[in-house]
Amino acid sequence: MENDKTADSTCSCAPKSDKLSFITFTHDIPACEILTITSTLTLKDRFGHFLARWGVNRMGYIVKPNLYKLGNPDADSPVFVSANYTMSFDALRSALAGIDCYILVLDTKGINVWCAAGKGTFGTEELVRRISWSGLSDIVQHRTIILPQLSAPGISAHEVQRRSGFRVEYGPVRANDLAEYLKTHKATPEMRRVHFSLWNRLVLTPMELVHAALPTLAVAIVLYFLAGPLAALAAITTVLTGTVLFPVLLPFIPTHDFSTKGLILGEIVAIPFALTFAADSVTSLWPNVLKALVFLLVMPAVTAYLALNFTGCTTFTSRTGVKKEIFRYVPFMAFIAGSGIVISILLGIFRLMKVI
Amino acid sequence: MFDSYVENTLQYYPDKCINCLRCTQVCPHGVFSEGKEHVELVRPAACMECGACALNCPVQAIEVQSGVGCAWAMISAALRGKDMDSAECGCGDGSCCGGNSKNPFLIEKL
Ligand code: SF4
Ligand code: SF4
Repeated sequence: MENDKTADSTCSCAPKSDKLSFITFTHDIPACEILTITSTLTLKDRFGHFLARWGVNRMGYIVKPNLYKLGNPDADSPVFVSANYTMSFDALRSALAGIDCYILVLDTKGINVWCAAGKGTFGTEELVRRISWSGLSDIVQHRTIILPQLSAPGISAHEVQRRSGFRVEYGPVRANDLAEYLKTHKATPEMRRVHFSLWNRLVLTPMELVHAALPTLAVAIVLYFLAGPLAALAAITTVLTGTVLFPVLLPFIPTHDFSTKGLILGEIVAIPFALTFAADSVTSLWPNVLKALVFLLVMPAVTAYLALNFTGCTTFTSRTGVKKEIFRYVPFMAFIAGSGIVISILLGIFRLMKVI
Repeated sequence: MFDSYVENTLQYYPDKCINCLRCTQVCPHGVFSEGKEHVELVRPAACMECGACALNCPVQAIEVQSGVGCAWAMISAALRGKDMDSAECGCGDGSCCGGNSKNPFLIEKL
């Protein structure tokens, strides 16, 4: 699976070989040679980031696990550790502009720092192995490595020190704070906290949309022929609400649980559709009320389900809490969605029987 | 009422703590804060069970059942007849989030 993106000579981070003959190897991964990178991100890099956000070639968006040098580092220069997901690596190297240093890239199977730490690929084992494989102790005099704070769920710092001799220092959460951090090697409490800003939430939406696009389109087409364009529009609106509007409005919707936030938002979005059907003068009152009810039942249920699944995109939801949400709300979502579907089937049958 | 996130599995044993402050460095939610003889648990409900503090505490003064806070992963595990607690993040390995995870916003971070 290893796709050596850095071998692309047009890339700003294109490595120049700097073979070190003093490193000896005892296992099968290819020899480590220090590669040279720059901190400048090119247009091509930025376009690659844009494509990755839309899910294009995500698994291939990787950097070769290796030791890299930025600028002209010497034996006293700091050593940073990163994941081999290109965006993690690029965030780090661009934040280190003007700093002579080494970057040790672990093999995280192309997954970002936080998720790789959760999976254990950015873990104690891999770090200890890469430190020895890169011959780091012969390259630098000091015995300190700077890790991203968000790698901590995968790393046992005291264990790394015991096994490799290198002391782990956790840097700040955001790469942008690195320059400030390096002045004192102390992070402020603010630098240690994750935030989920509007931009952070917005960049998630393309992937959410991509995942939902095909099934939504299929449902919209079926609904178009069964119940008309407004029903098709309602399906598309529901998915856009759950995947785009929900993340954007997340902090502003009252209640704490994602499911209830989704139910509230879905209900609000369903109201215009319900009113349009309730006001239909072609059919009589009770079928109109039932049609309106279908929107008020199904749209919030689907939005709430999409909202609940958004828990996996955040760094706030604990497993205990998510489990509670599932037991509390999924049966209710299923019940209201099921009721809405039963009513719409009944309405269809009545229409065929010409009762309405 | 109806806040599913007020409780979690975080346990802290202050009498074991050697005040190394590691937990204050690794916690992304400021759950621990510097104290006089040992760290203080100041925002326990903010814990998202990432496990970073427990893994980095050299004297096992912290315990937490770390796991994946992702409904999609848990529901899929349940549908496959597996224990919800055994749910693995569905990210990577060619699934939903590929090289980037369900947490793509974290790419902005280190
Ligand atoms: S498990 Fe994670 S979020 Fe919870 S206290 Fe420990 S470091 Fe903080
Ligand atoms: S990591 Fe453990 S020993 Fe160190 S301050 Fe935190 S609780 Fe105390």
